[in-house]
Amino acid sequence: MPIKTAAEYFSQGETFEVLFWVGCAGSYDARAQKVSRAFAEILTKAEIKFAILGNEEKCTGDPARRAGNEFLFQILALQNIETLNQYQVKKIVCTCPHCFNTIANEYPELGGKYEVMHHSQYLEELLSLGKIKVKEDRSTESVTYHDSCYLGRVNGMYEAPRQVIDHLKLEIREMKRSRQNGLCCGAGGAQMFKEDEKGEKRINEERIEDAIETQSAIVVSNCPFCMTMLQDGIKAKEKQEQMMVYDLSEMVLHKMR
Amino acid sequence: MLQILFFSILSGLVFYIAYGRFLQIYKNISLGITENEKHNSITGLKNMILFALGQKKMFNKPVSGIFHLFIYLAFALTQIELLEILMDGFTGEHRIFAHALGSFYNFLINSIEILSFLAFISTFIFLYRRNILKLIRFQKPEMKGWPSLDANLILMGEILLIAGIFVMNSSDQILQNLDPQHYPSTGKLYISSFIGASLLGQFPQDWLIWLERMGWWLHLFVIYGFILYLPFSKHLHIFLAFPNAYLSNQDSRGKMSNIPVIENEARSMVGLSPKEIQDQTEIFGAADIFHLTKRTLIGAYSCTECGRCTAVCPANLTGKKLSPRKIVMDIRDRMEEISKQPKPNGECNDGKNLFDYISREEIYACTSCNACVEACPVLINPLEPILALRRYDILMNSGGPSEWMSMFNSLENTQSVWQIPETRDSWTKS
Repeated sequence: MPIKTAAEYFSQGETFEVLFWVGCAGSYDARAQKVSRAFAEILTKAEIKFAILGNEEKCTGDPARRAGNEFLFQILALQNIETLNQYQVKKIVCTCPHCFNTIANEYPELGGKYEVMHHSQYLEELLSLGKIKVKEDRSTESVTYHDSCYLGRVNGMYEAPRQVIDHLKLEIREMKRSRQNGLCCGAGGAQMFKEDEKGEKRINEERIEDAIETQSAIVVSNCPFCMTMLQDGIKAKEKQEQMMVYDLSEMVLHKMR
Repeated sequence: MLQILFFSILSGLVFYIAYGRFLQIYKNISLGITENEKHNSITGLKNMILFALGQKKMFNKPVSGIFHLFIYLAFALTQIELLEILMDGFTGEHRIFAHALGSFYNFLINSIEILSFLAFISTFIFLYRRNILKLIRFQKPEMKGWPSLDANLILMGEILLIAGIFVMNSSDQILQNLDPQHYPSTGKLYISSFIGASLLGQFPQDWLIWLERMGWWLHLFVIYGFILYLPFSKHLHIFLAFPNAYLSNQDSRGKMSNIPVIENEARSMVGLSPKEIQDQTEIFGAADIFHLTKRTLIGAYSCTECGRCTAVCPANLTGKKLSPRKIVMDIRDRMEEISKQPKPNGECNDGKNLFDYISREEIYACTSCNACVEACPVLINPLEPILALRRYDILMNSGGPSEWMSMFNSLENTQSVWQIPETRDSWTKS
């Protein structure tokens, strides 16, 4: 799949509509890479002129900042902002809620002001505008949806991802803890990058129990870290045969005409 | 006359002692740092009206929400009756508002009675939930000892307070018929006339006069007791919830505060010109009260230890040590400890700090999921101090979990959270 970088657009004297911020997980994690490809494919099919930063992208600094390393955060953030400003980026779409949160809420104070969207918002918009067309077959499939903390509680976006699932004509079986009360997957606040403190169980196992209760075969997530944690939870509960975790964009691509 | 004198001296003493204690709390809160960020007063007022006055978040748990509402409304309305009691006390009158308000007085006192009755039931339900039903969130380790006793004392105080009102009003109802000269008519009080008729009907007049005074003094003593007790108790939330909601964070929840000195250091590292800054502090994050914001400190005094934050904390739910409520309580305890030092103003030399109260195990278990922030009915933010403590430990102590050190190394060397030899765009090529 040919994906152009901002630098390539720039050198060809062309402009792009939106910058796809891939993030560390989307770039390097094998499972999240699939999501990056799926999202890029959707954008290509929908004929959106999009760019990535490619090797010029750096971690947004979210895990560094939340782990307390402000200096490292500042360095990464300032470098990213410089790159984004250099390519005169106006609009950014992220597949990771942590990247989204940092660029949308923390970069402006450092001089990085952009229109930032999470891919669930962006997909909702494309579906509503008819730029993404969905197959007509009415399936009776049901899914359950996991609110990531950084999209949900932190940024108040509960409905856009649900509307996307609605557009796909899938039924949502809500978990007992959802929206404002959604339970964390256990990865946020840089927990992804260290062992848990001593406890009775792992947070992702507690969460996957909510999902298992819905008896849906599919858990839809919107965050690469949630995806890893939920998949690990499924493994821990030995439910690999019955359940799978998919990103919202994979669900969309699957149902696209 | 003697009664007026006694009342006046007692009142003066109570308000004098309470004033000293409230002033101390004000000083303790002033030990925190002032943020220079914009605070919108309209939004602040809106938050205060919605969450403190309007109790909006209380109803996320409907059972405690509704019973708490009864107590809250009874308390709010009783202030009118309290005003009358104070004026009666200072003037030696009896039911000074009765003549002035006419039939509205009957409506008012009846409303207070009905709400007080509902509040009476509520306090028993709350006692039952805490002590017999033993709801999990009231049984956490940080609730052992004083916090549990504090809660029970408040509830029992409320029972006495309401009992005082009903003793006073029910004997008054009978006395109004026996001696209309001294006991002005309040009209029929539905609850007190019932209690009066069924329990006190056979009592001689001098017993009733004595009972009426006993009720009056009981109510007053409990109120004065509360005024003195409040600033030592979690019950302080009845006042501080208002300024706390007003001052609560208005920024996006996902935004951590900037450290200007570090930003400038980073700017020079990447070859940008530094910004002009006011804040030149060399202490990053928080190790003690003096490094926390005033907002966090007022939050600690506003906490009523309901534990809704801890009940939804994913770390706590899975048996980890972290409890957001405990963090907030620790901050309050540390303020109290500092205020007992001879020179508490920013140079407290007791050799201790917040890390003596809050362990690393606790602060490093936080997923920053904001469930505690969402849950707090009075908009306390336990996440802010947790992240501030982390900052201090990492930046000033070079502490932190060892796995994070390797993450920091990767971020420094490859600008990615993982140390991976591939190029960042390799996913586009397969």
